[in-house]
Amino acid sequence: MRYMCLVYYEEKPLGSQRVPGFVVDLGMSGAQAVAKECNAYDADLTERGHLIVSHPLSPSDNAVTVRVREGKMSTTDGPFAETKEVLGGFLLIEARDMNEAIRIAADLPLAKLGSIEVRPIHRGP
Amino acid sequence: MNALEQAYRTHSRRVLATLIRVLGDFDTAEEALHDAFTAAAQSWPRDGEPHNPHAWLVAVGRFKAIDRMRRKARLERVLPELVFQRELEGDSAVSHSDRGIADDELRLIFTCCHPVLSPDARIALTLREVAGLTTEEIARAFLAPVPTIAQRIVRAKAKLRDDAIPFRAPELRELESRTESVLHVIYLVFNEGYSASGGEQLVRFELSREAIRLGRLVVELLDDPEAVGLLALMLLHDARRETRATPAGEIVLLEEQDRSKWDRGQIAEGVALVERALESRRVGAYALQAAIAALHAEAPRASDTDWAQIVAFYDLLACAEPSPVVWLNRAVALGMRDGPQAGLDAVEAVLATGALDVYPFGHSARAELCRRLGRVEDARASYERALRLARQEPERRFLERSLARL
Repeated sequence: MRYMCLVYYEEKPLGSQRVPGFVVDLGMSGAQAVAKECNAYDADLTERGHLIVSHPLSPSDNAVTVRVREGKMSTTDGPFAETKEVLGGFLLIEARDMNEAIRIAADLPLAKLGSIEVRPIHRGP
Repeated sequence: MNALEQAYRTHSRRVLATLIRVLGDFDTAEEALHDAFTAAAQSWPRDGEPHNPHAWLVAVGRFKAIDRMRRKARLERVLPELVFQRELEGDSAVSHSDRGIADDELRLIFTCCHPVLSPDARIALTLREVAGLTTEEIARAFLAPVPTIAQRIVRAKAKLRDDAIPFRAPELRELESRTESVLHVIYLVFNEGYSASGGEQLVRFELSREAIRLGRLVVELLDDPEAVGLLALMLLHDARRETRATPAGEIVLLEEQDRSKWDRGQIAEGVALVERALESRRVGAYALQAAIAALHAEAPRASDTDWAQIVAFYDLLACAEPSPVVWLNRAVALGMRDGPQAGLDAVEAVLATGALDVYPFGHSARAELCRRLGRVEDARASYERALRLARQEPERRFLERSLARL
């Protein structure tokens, strides 16, 4: 089965822009170490046939939210919902069941710094 | 199903049981199992299936897990001694004899049914780790949300880890009580698969089949009369599976079931096991229930049922496991032996205790006996009362049909 792991973390201001909170907390070298660990785990998951695709997202102030109501399109700046933690990236994985997906999510380096929402991919009725 | 899926079905649970023992941890072992099958998917189609797939899968899984531990140890600068200790322990501990493999499975069942876990957690963990069901299948079988079951499993594993529960069969002095817990879990799994409470037909069938397989395993490895009794009980109930409901899911009562469709081979096996269990010095509730089921199964027609013996076994069962439902069943059997008035008196005595106030079948039993005595209005009132208590759709329809027939 396929599961989407949605990675959420807090963003913090750094100069004029917002960045993942851990970049501010850990400093540049710390953030680089995190990125390296994430890449290593992604490679590991790929090798073991779990990873389908994964991407980090650029900070939420680059987001535009689009709606169409009564045929009219409107756009607003920023992410859909104003929350403390924002969606920062995702991994689409293949796992035997929900508990295997949870185990994979728990080993994500970012699980220590933010939270991972694990959602099964919807299969038609 | 391709060859590898077949191999997964055949070997994965036993390989996992061995890996959990060798690696000492559920999650590490599951990861290793996945890695072993990933490696098999690459090499088996090319080189053919190995002579001893269990040994191959355990060896590859263990190697991958130790390799991973080494890398992690380097990364986190943990002392590597722990890893090497595991390596050494593992070597001498891996046995691929049938007995060795079965012992690993038994250890796993005992661990999953450990008394530190809640009954719900024991069932979920046993179904996933021992029976190999997915979280989603367990959720469907129990009509529970997937996250609820998933968390139950996560917490159960954490509890076993935090309490440092060793992965082994219990000591002799606690064997009996621990076996009881295992049998109870197996019986609950069987009932979940057997009862008409809903969920997907296919998954439910799988549950019963798995419960019977586990029952056989426990009987083979532990000389326990109650394990024998439980296996007999499950086989005897399961022999009637086809006839208990119409294809549309309507309940068919025992006396109306088509006995020519009962599985005679399975009944013969069940009856032989009942005899074996009754010969032992310790006869318990499972063996007694199985004895009652055997008497029903052996009667060529419903009217041939030996009600005198059934009442006698219910008397013993009421001592071994006093419960209102047992009293009720005894009262109904008494009605079959001594006539409806005696049955009604006995049923009313049980109802008067108030212990069956939320159980629809106490009132429907009273209704049926009143009907046989020609007291139609009393029968109607009791069926209506039962109908108000019925929670499941097939039960409700059954009671409505009975009411309409008055």
